[in-house]
Amino acid sequence: MTTLSSKTAAPRSVSGWRSAQSKRILLTLLGWTVALVIFFPIFWMILTGFKTESAAIADPTLIFSPTLESYQAVQERSGYARFALNSVAVAFGSTFLALLLAIPAAYAMAFLPTKRTKGTLLWMLSTKMLPSVGVLVPIYLIFRDTGLLDTRTGLIIIYTLMNLPIVVWMLYTFFKDMPKDILEAGRMDGASTLQEVFFLLLPLTLPGIASTGLLSVILSWNEAFWSLNLTTSNAAPLTAYIASFSSPEGLFWAKLSAASTMAIAPILILGWMTQKQMVRGLTFGAVK
Amino acid sequence: MATLQLHNITKRFGDTEVIKGIDLEVNDREFVVFVGPSGCGKSTLMRMIAGLESATDGDILIDGQRINDVGPADRGLAMVFQSYALYPHMTVEGNMGFSMRLAGVPKEERRAKVLEAAKILQLEPLLDRKPKALSGGQRQRVAIGRAIVRNPSIFLFDEPLSNLDAALRVQMRIELARLHDELDATMIYVTHDQIEAMTMADKIVVLHDGVVEQVGSPMALYHHPCNRFVAGFIGSPKMNFLPVTLTGVTSDGVAIRLPGGGERSVPVDGAHLDPNATLELGVRPEHLVLEEHGPLSGEIKVLERLGGQTSLYVQMDDELITIMADGDVAYRVNDTVRFGFDPERAHLFDAGGQALSSLQQHPLAGLTRHDNRAPGSPSEEPA
Amino acid sequence: MNKTRASGRTVGGLRTLSLQAPAVTLLLLWMIVPLGMTLWFSFQYYNLLMPGMTGFAGLENYEYLLTDPALWAAMGNTLLLVGWVLAITVVGGTLLAVLFQQEFAGRGIARVLAISPFFVMPTVSALVWKNMMMHPSNGVLAWLSESIGLPAVDWFSSLPLTSIVIIVAWQWLPFALLILLTAMQSLDEDQVEAARMDGAGPVAIFFFITLPHLKRAISVVIMIEMIFLLTIFAEIFVTTSGGPGLATTNLAYLIYIRALLDFDVGTASAGGVIAIILANIVAIFLVRMVAKNLED
Repeated sequence: MTTLSSKTAAPRSVSGWRSAQSKRILLTLLGWTVALVIFFPIFWMILTGFKTESAAIADPTLIFSPTLESYQAVQERSGYARFALNSVAVAFGSTFLALLLAIPAAYAMAFLPTKRTKGTLLWMLSTKMLPSVGVLVPIYLIFRDTGLLDTRTGLIIIYTLMNLPIVVWMLYTFFKDMPKDILEAGRMDGASTLQEVFFLLLPLTLPGIASTGLLSVILSWNEAFWSLNLTTSNAAPLTAYIASFSSPEGLFWAKLSAASTMAIAPILILGWMTQKQMVRGLTFGAVK
Repeated sequence: MATLQLHNITKRFGDTEVIKGIDLEVNDREFVVFVGPSGCGKSTLMRMIAGLESATDGDILIDGQRINDVGPADRGLAMVFQSYALYPHMTVEGNMGFSMRLAGVPKEERRAKVLEAAKILQLEPLLDRKPKALSGGQRQRVAIGRAIVRNPSIFLFDEPLSNLDAALRVQMRIELARLHDELDATMIYVTHDQIEAMTMADKIVVLHDGVVEQVGSPMALYHHPCNRFVAGFIGSPKMNFLPVTLTGVTSDGVAIRLPGGGERSVPVDGAHLDPNATLELGVRPEHLVLEEHGPLSGEIKVLERLGGQTSLYVQMDDELITIMADGDVAYRVNDTVRFGFDPERAHLFDAGGQALSSLQQHPLAGLTRHDNRAPGSPSEEPA
Repeated sequence: MNKTRASGRTVGGLRTLSLQAPAVTLLLLWMIVPLGMTLWFSFQYYNLLMPGMTGFAGLENYEYLLTDPALWAAMGNTLLLVGWVLAITVVGGTLLAVLFQQEFAGRGIARVLAISPFFVMPTVSALVWKNMMMHPSNGVLAWLSESIGLPAVDWFSSLPLTSIVIIVAWQWLPFALLILLTAMQSLDEDQVEAARMDGAGPVAIFFFITLPHLKRAISVVIMIEMIFLLTIFAEIFVTTSGGPGLATTNLAYLIYIRALLDFDVGTASAGGVIAIILANIVAIFLVRMVAKNLED
């Protein structure tokens, strides 16, 4: 078919092929230029992390002898690991708690809905839209009075509640997508509610639960309002640690870059892996 | 192995009543088909029998025991779902053995039972596959296999063939009928397809708007539909209906005048008819015959040649009448044809849509699928 | 018989309730307690530095706040920041989504690179921009402008708000791109081909097919960004600290200053109430839209 038409309409199809080809080359150039420009600050930061401090503030160049000294210095002098550990503890702790609270709630909403289910869901979302700054004062005072200021527990509580609506919402949509027939078949086969959940629901929605968890980890990891306002040193996660580089301006670019690279690398990779599900969670299913 | 009785079953979702008081008796080893248009309540009725839906009112009895409050797994039933509902993360063997795993049956025993069922369904080579890797027909068989291993007293099938293509559907129909003979089990089957009902059922239950319109053998429903709905629903192509005028009632039947002026007497019981009653004549397309001097006539609007048969769509006043004629008829579109019918094969319906009962039972009306077998033939005849 | 039905329903209802109870209760507390306290404080004299002065203040905190020129400067900055970032990210995001929807070599990797800034924590992106990009003598931008013979720009002193807009837009452009690209993928190819058969060129297809298809996604992007952009904090905190003067102080930063630097709880709370009201105006529309989406 193709050979036949290309033979009969040779001149036109060759020029058509050429213009399609040049359009593709143009698009490739444009697409990559835009992507690289957007990505440049990150690229530059990664690069700077492998420079010496003096090379970091010298005229921009791609040619330099890479060194790991900044990475070493960050760890030795500032105890990077402590902040990283705080970030891990807070992000995973809050995610675990949020999942624990959200799975039963989402199960009930998806499989035992009542007239109020939809209203409850929307109300949960609306709490997410409360600006943090509006409740900064009371939270700060409550934390001060209960000794939660600058503790991991305090941040975990805040992040759990902050992400709970999104986690419930995402789990609800994943559970909703699960064919009801399969659960009914399980019931016909004699599964109790718990067996239904553990043998059928959880294994089948595991990818959804995992990406929900990842989104929650990403959001907690990158959160910077509460971490800056509620922690000082003990419980400070990486967001707050990086912010501490802001005062002695211009002196430690290589170390800042090394620390930043380490701080964003895991999340960048997780983010790349879960972009599709992120959209679902971030837009509350309004964009598919 | 089991009987089922429904007494005055009703089901309401909120304010809408979807099942409006159904009484039904299913005998041991019977193949019963619930058939009706979508939304008639047939699936809801089956789900109530399965225990997936609770009955708002009425009693469900299996072998005489009321089981309304018994959980779905403890009713001794197995169900094959329309979507098959296979567990996608388990192998064929895992799917079929899941109920036994939940019941704590030892692994060896489980495997033996699964193998036994797999043998019946020719699934042995597929036992280690996941449902994803199976064709539609194979998935269907796994779903049936999952039901078989539970050794249920009653099998429930919820439109099991509707996701298969036409050829496979015919094949599975035959296989299901064979399975019924082989397992000697009571089976209840829901479908909207009247051909499946006609070919497989011992007993058909026609449902419409949450009520049972008629219960009977396929041939009884075909030859003696009790009302206009059943008459139109059973049989394909659909029965033709013509308005006729009542001219008299005798002991031999009811005399009527046809739209073209011809007169006929249909052998039905008209004893209670009001002399001014409006009547409707029902004749199936296959019972209309082309005759040079037939009492009816009309213009051919569409002509479909199927080879062995030809369907004629004939305009008669406001009605489009379907006639199944011989494959070789020489007519063309816009020709006018005359046709008639054998009054013995015609039906009369009163203004309320109820059929006037026939004076004679059709000889095949009591026939069930099992009676098609030669007397004394073994049940394991080759499929 | 009716008894079983009624009891069956309550049992189901109870199960639903008990499974949801922990999540709902906690969220309810999380919403009501701080909200109530903010509201309460906003009507109180309450300054942590002046422990003696307490009591009901009526509308005085609001009066003080509303007559404070700093509030209006902060409101103006908030609006400018939100407006500019929205304009850049929505227009840019739509164009980028169209670009990254086209087939080209290495499209997958290019897409991943382009959405990356969204996953970078705000303090990192702010500092990378402040130091390595926008530094007046050692930054990449300074080097670029000098190498084409132009004087270097001292971004944070001469164009402070613009600098913040650039940083925030860089973070949120990928968000718009990600959402719009996803929405674009659900565009029916047949529709585009039908339009082509009807003689539509690329521009006509963009305006008559693509843009209407993206309408809903664009409004979602606008609403979600608005809610987040209204309370931008970390980027300002690590770069300009609201200055010079009040040039980059937005509502969130002003509340922070009043609460945690001036310790004036009453005024800060009044500011918090204003922020909540602003966000809720947006949120109402967003929740309505999500609710409509729940129906279908």
